Amino acid sequence: MNIKMDRTETGLLLALPLLILIAFVLPKWVVNYVQVSLGTGLVALGVMIQMRAGLVSFGQGLYFCVGGYAAGMLAKFLGISDLFLLLAAGILAALIVAGIAGFLLRRYREIFFAMLTLAISMILFGLLSSTEELGSTDGFNLPSATYLGWAPEGETGRLTLYTFTALVVVVCAILLNRFLKSPVGYINEAIRENEVRVEYLGTSAHHAVHITYVLAAVVSSIGGVLWALALGHVDPEMTNWTTSGQFVFISILSGTGNIAAPLIGTFLLEILRVYAVEISPNTWQMILGSVMLLTILYLPKGLWSLLTTRKSTKPSDDSADKISVGD
Amino acid sequence: MQTAVAISVDGLGFAAWLFLSSVGLTLIYGVMRILNIAHGGFYALGAYSSAWAIGLFVNSGGAVVYSFLLIPLAALLAGAIAGLLVERGILRYMYGRDEVLMVLVTYAIFLILEDATKLIWGTESYVAWQPAFHFGTINVMDIPYTVYKFIIMAVALAVGAALFLVLNKTRVGKLLLVVIEDREISGALGINVTLFFTVTFVVGAILGALGGAISAPEISVLPGIGAEIIVLSFAVIVIGGMGSIGGAMLGALIVGFARALSVHLYPPAELFSIYLVMAAVLAVKPYGLFALAESRKI
Repeated sequence: MNIKMDRTETGLLLALPLLILIAFVLPKWVVNYVQVSLGTGLVALGVMIQMRAGLVSFGQGLYFCVGGYAAGMLAKFLGISDLFLLLAAGILAALIVAGIAGFLLRRYREIFFAMLTLAISMILFGLLSSTEELGSTDGFNLPSATYLGWAPEGETGRLTLYTFTALVVVVCAILLNRFLKSPVGYINEAIRENEVRVEYLGTSAHHAVHITYVLAAVVSSIGGVLWALALGHVDPEMTNWTTSGQFVFISILSGTGNIAAPLIGTFLLEILRVYAVEISPNTWQMILGSVMLLTILYLPKGLWSLLTTRKSTKPSDDSADKISVGD
Repeated sequence: MQTAVAISVDGLGFAAWLFLSSVGLTLIYGVMRILNIAHGGFYALGAYSSAWAIGLFVNSGGAVVYSFLLIPLAALLAGAIAGLLVERGILRYMYGRDEVLMVLVTYAIFLILEDATKLIWGTESYVAWQPAFHFGTINVMDIPYTVYKFIIMAVALAVGAALFLVLNKTRVGKLLLVVIEDREISGALGINVTLFFTVTFVVGAILGALGGAISAPEISVLPGIGAEIIVLSFAVIVIGGMGSIGGAMLGALIVGFARALSVHLYPPAELFSIYLVMAAVLAVKPYGLFALAESRKI
C-alpha cells in the first residue's frame, strides 16, 4: 500500500489532535454531541461509500444496531466491558451478517437494493422488538467502557472514551479514504456509471459490491459500538428504517465528494437538531425534508461541492442527476 | 380447525387492508417509475382526516350510518389535495431524474407530510371506532368478526376490479399503457403525458388515503402509522412485482397470510415474518412474482 498521504488524510490527521483538544476546552454538552455524531458519522460514511457505487442503502441502521447490540450483549451476558473486545465483537457480528446478506444483496441495484436493505433491517427491528430478554422496544443499558483492565471513572472515563472514539473514527476515515482510491474503489465508480461495461472489461461487479457492502457494514457497526458506549444504551430504534433514512439524508446533504464530508455533516445536523427541536418540536422533520429537497434540486453534489467548485475549471457536467461524484 | 378458520379470515382481512394501502404505490410506480415513500404520508393523512371527521360528526349527534360516507369523502379530499400539491408543487420539477433519486425526493416529501399531519391534528391519538361496530358482528365458527372487516374486503375487491377494468377495458387505460411503454413516443402521438402523470399520481394518493381512511375505525390513529405502513406496502408490492396490480393483490394475500399465521401460531414472529417471506420470495424471483423481464442496457 502506498504510504504517501493525500490532502484529505493529512487534514484528518491534523484534525485529530484538535478534535481531542476540544474535549478539554469546550463545554461538556457540545463534546457529547461531537462524540455522538462521531458514532453516527461512521454510519453515514458507510452509506456514502456505497453511494459511490450508486447504491443507496435504506437500511444501514441494521449494522449500526448490530454493532450496538453485539457490544451490549457481550457486556450484558458475559460482563465484558473492554472497549477493544466490544469493538471486535461489533466488527465480527457485522462481518458475519453482512457476509451472508451480501450474497443476496449484491444481485440488486437501484431501488431494489434500497428496498431490500430496508427489509433486512426491519427483520432485525421486528426480532429485537419482540425479544423480552433484550428489553423489547426499550432496549437495555451498557456499562462504562474499560481499557485492557483499566477502568477509569467519572470525568476521566468520559474523556478517555471520547479520545478513543475520535481516534477510531479518524483511523476508519483514513482507511476508507484508502479504500476509495483502491482498485475496488475505482471499480465502484465504474459500476455506478455502467455496470455491464465493467463486466465486459473482465471484472466482477458482484464481487466489488459485496466487498463494499461488507466494508460499509463493518464501519457502521464500529459506529454503533461507539455510539452505544457514548450513550450507555441501545434500543431497536437503531435499526428502524427512519433511522437509516437519516443516514441517507446526511450523505445526500454533505455529498460524497470527500470522506470528511459525512462526518462534518453529521455534526452540523446534530447541532441543528438540538436547536430545531427546542424551538418547534413538530416541524423538525419538515425542515429536514425541505433542506433535503433543496439540496437535491440546487446542490446535487451536496454541501461539500460548495468547497470544491471554485477550484475546478470545467463547467458543471451533465450527470447532475447522479447522486454521487468522484473527486 | 377453529385456528385454521381464524387464520383464513384474519389473513383475508389483513390482505384486504394491505391491498388497499399498497395498490396506489404500485400504480404510481408502474406508470411513473417513482417509488413513492410519501405514500405513507398520504395513508396517514387519510387516516387522520377520516378519524377526525367521524369523531366530529358522531359527537355532534350525527347518525353513525352516514359516517360511512365520510370515509371515502375524507380519503378523496385528503388524497386529492395532498397529491396535487406534491405532484404540481414538487415532483414535476424532478421528472426524468434517476429512479433512486426519486426515492430520496419522495422520502423528503414523506418527512414534510409527517410534520404537516402533526401540525394539523396534533400528536395525540384519534379513535373513531363507531363505524367499525355499527353493523355488529358475524360469528364464523364461533369467532366473532365485525361486519366492517368484511366491508373492507369487499371494498378491496371492488377497487381491484375497478382498476383492472379501467386499465384494460377503457380508452384511458389503453392510452395509459402506451404512456407506460414509451413516454416520448406517446407524447409525439399527441397524448398529454403530463396530464396522465398528474392524474395517476393523484389517483394513487387518493388510494393511499383510502387505505388509511378505511382502516381508521379499526385502529387508533397516531403519529408514526405512515412510517409503519410504508414498509409493509413495500413488502407487498415487491413480492408481487412492482407496477403490477395483480401482483399487489397476490403480494397482499401472501403478506396478509404470513402475518395471520404468525399471529395465531407464534406471535413474537409477527413483525419479522413479513420481511422473511419477502426475502424468501426475492431470493427465488429477484424482481417479484409478476414482474416483467427487463433487458440490461449497455
